[in-house]
Amino acid sequence: MTQNPSSNPQDKQGNNEQPLPIINTLQELFPGAIEEVTVFRGETTIVVPVDRLIDIARTLRDNPAMQFNYLVDVTAVDWLGRTPRFDVVYHLYSIPLNHAIRMKVRVDDGQHVPSLTGLWELANWGERETYDMFGIVFDGHPDLRRILLPEDWQDGFPLRKDFPIGGYGIWAAENVPFR
Amino acid sequence: MVVNTRNGNKRGNLLEATQRAIFGWARKSSLWPMTFGLACCAIEMMSASAANYDVMERSGMLFRPSPRQSDLMIVAGSVTLKMAPVLRRLYDQMPDPKWVISMGSCASAGGPYPTYSHLQGVDKVVPVDVYVPGCPPVPEALFYGILQLQGMIQRGDRQVKEAPIDPEPKLQPTR
Amino acid sequence: MNTRYDIHQLQEEEMELNMGPQHPSTHGVLRVVLKLDGETIKKATPYVGYLHRGTEKLGEVHKYYQNVPHTDRMDYLAAPSNNLAYVQAVEKLLGIEDEIPERAKYMRVIMAELARIASHLVWLGTHAMDVGAISVFLYCFREREMIMSLFEEYCGARLTTSMMKIGGMPADLPDNWLDHLEDFLRIMPRRIGEYEALLTENPIWIERTRGVGVISAEDAVSFGLTGACLRGSGVNYDVRKAQPYQVYDRIDFDVPLGSNGDVYDRYLVRVEEMKQALRIIRQAVDQMPDGPYVADLPEYVLPRKVDAMTTIEGQTRHFVLTIHGFNAPPGEIYKAVEAPKGELGYYIVSDGSNKPYRMHVRAPSYYNLASLPRMSEGGSVQDVVAVIGSIDIVLGEVDR
Repeated sequence: MTQNPSSNPQDKQGNNEQPLPIINTLQELFPGAIEEVTVFRGETTIVVPVDRLIDIARTLRDNPAMQFNYLVDVTAVDWLGRTPRFDVVYHLYSIPLNHAIRMKVRVDDGQHVPSLTGLWELANWGERETYDMFGIVFDGHPDLRRILLPEDWQDGFPLRKDFPIGGYGIWAAENVPFR
Repeated sequence: MVVNTRNGNKRGNLLEATQRAIFGWARKSSLWPMTFGLACCAIEMMSASAANYDVMERSGMLFRPSPRQSDLMIVAGSVTLKMAPVLRRLYDQMPDPKWVISMGSCASAGGPYPTYSHLQGVDKVVPVDVYVPGCPPVPEALFYGILQLQGMIQRGDRQVKEAPIDPEPKLQPTR
Repeated sequence: MNTRYDIHQLQEEEMELNMGPQHPSTHGVLRVVLKLDGETIKKATPYVGYLHRGTEKLGEVHKYYQNVPHTDRMDYLAAPSNNLAYVQAVEKLLGIEDEIPERAKYMRVIMAELARIASHLVWLGTHAMDVGAISVFLYCFREREMIMSLFEEYCGARLTTSMMKIGGMPADLPDNWLDHLEDFLRIMPRRIGEYEALLTENPIWIERTRGVGVISAEDAVSFGLTGACLRGSGVNYDVRKAQPYQVYDRIDFDVPLGSNGDVYDRYLVRVEEMKQALRIIRQAVDQMPDGPYVADLPEYVLPRKVDAMTTIEGQTRHFVLTIHGFNAPPGEIYKAVEAPKGELGYYIVSDGSNKPYRMHVRAPSYYNLASLPRMSEGGSVQDVVAVIGSIDIVLGEVDR
């Protein structure tokens, strides 16, 4: 998922790297919507607002200069202590044009995210896992329920930072300190 | 986990002891395990039953998919809280006499996974006769465990404690 | 009284059949609920999570080097491949990809390709056994023992190897390891020929697998299939060619493609991948230079034992790296390899400390399995077994 790392001599510190050229096209099509563009180790990341997610994702998939036909992964990161708390992260790759981009939306606890199952089928199971692990609800998902944990599991959402690794209850593993 | 007396089969009069010895020999020579491979240890169990080691065939074992037709359960791999009621139900469906070998660290004690979803040792749910440590145990280790079990069966060692009767409202199967 | 039942008066209902988490196909703990109309499948729903062990959560409490053993246990059929994916991702995060010595890169490629062959052997053995050809299982495991002996000779473990280190490899190749590898490379092509002689032209195999479990190229890309599932439908995407990593850009190999997207094409693709893997190993062995097997980076790599025991800098460095580890620069990366199952990627987010803030594994089998309903609807019950085998899932990876 990277352009050739050793071509850019400033890579080590991550400075002076160029984002993908299509970012300019995207910023023209959606003025003011792309909140942030970062480049690190040759990878471009854009942050988009939740309400423009589906439009931008559709453009990324269908625009002939972008053609991101392959949604690689859907996941989330919990930044406890920051508002908004969660980053929902989508990795996109274009098989014909061989370029990649990471798209993020920032949501708070309890905020819903529109589902991308209409655009890519992979989002179905990807969003189910994100819901299972973080509790982020995706609107428009055909079948949002737990996938990796038992469906009637009530103890919470494991990958949140305030969930102990050993779990709760009589079956909990001892929460020993890890060194 | 084992024991009452080491010479279980030598109690009683000559006729009873001989009968127990013969039954013990018969049971240990044709243990039929149920296929219960869960994770990485299952692959080592498959390697053990394949051509190079051939542990299963020469011990008289034949893998049966159905619990009703088997008398040994080799729990090979990680048991999660989602899988634990299934494990218990299959154990209950096996007819007596039955034995359990817990193969690998995950089944014996939770392995390298002290997490919210991993059962910390299968002996919380079923009574275990032999623990085979390793991650995964090499096929020779599994063979050693099977030989130990066969020795226990021949000697007539009985288990001292039963599996804890677990309240399982949390572990009701889904759907 | 003579009662005759008219066939049209019998009520027809859908039957729900549960292929439960314990079933004889040794693909692990997968549960599939089939809604059947007679023998035709109306709906197939896979239920996963019976092996969810919390690896991603553990990734957040372990230091970077402590996560390596957990990675072997996800795709446990090809452990070196997982090790490579993780170690390479961390090296990208640290920015030390250019410092890895050449010899280490070639060794990594050799181990990864051996892992690919090992994984495909298990796939072929279990898939053929499910479809009915039981003796193929024994042949495949016989070859797999040779590969496992090679791994054991190098790192001490047969299955869960943990054989790569951030910065290179943990040790140099033992004496005679390359000779044993030569023996393996000499024997293997004929053995692959044996499997092909048993299956490829076999009319029973073709009947069972041709036209079964078809998925079109557009659907395959939309489902995010990777690996042989995608290439069986004709889409040319292989991470080794698209984003070459380690030394794959210097090695000449072909990527086999299918055309119909059915079980038979996926079988042919994987058998050809085994042959190409042999070709890659041969070239890597020929091109491998002498030299160091680990990078000379004091911040990230443990010192040699003699330095740790005799010099003060070595001792301090050893102590700090073992107790504290190293601090990664803040940021996030994604790096993928072409694992035998598909595109295995690691998304690591770092906040500047010695542990990953978030470690996410993009598991190929998880997304490949999501296409099971599409592939098996309209088919019959026996086809489900063939399709599950041909998707080549490993539940450790699906559930993590």
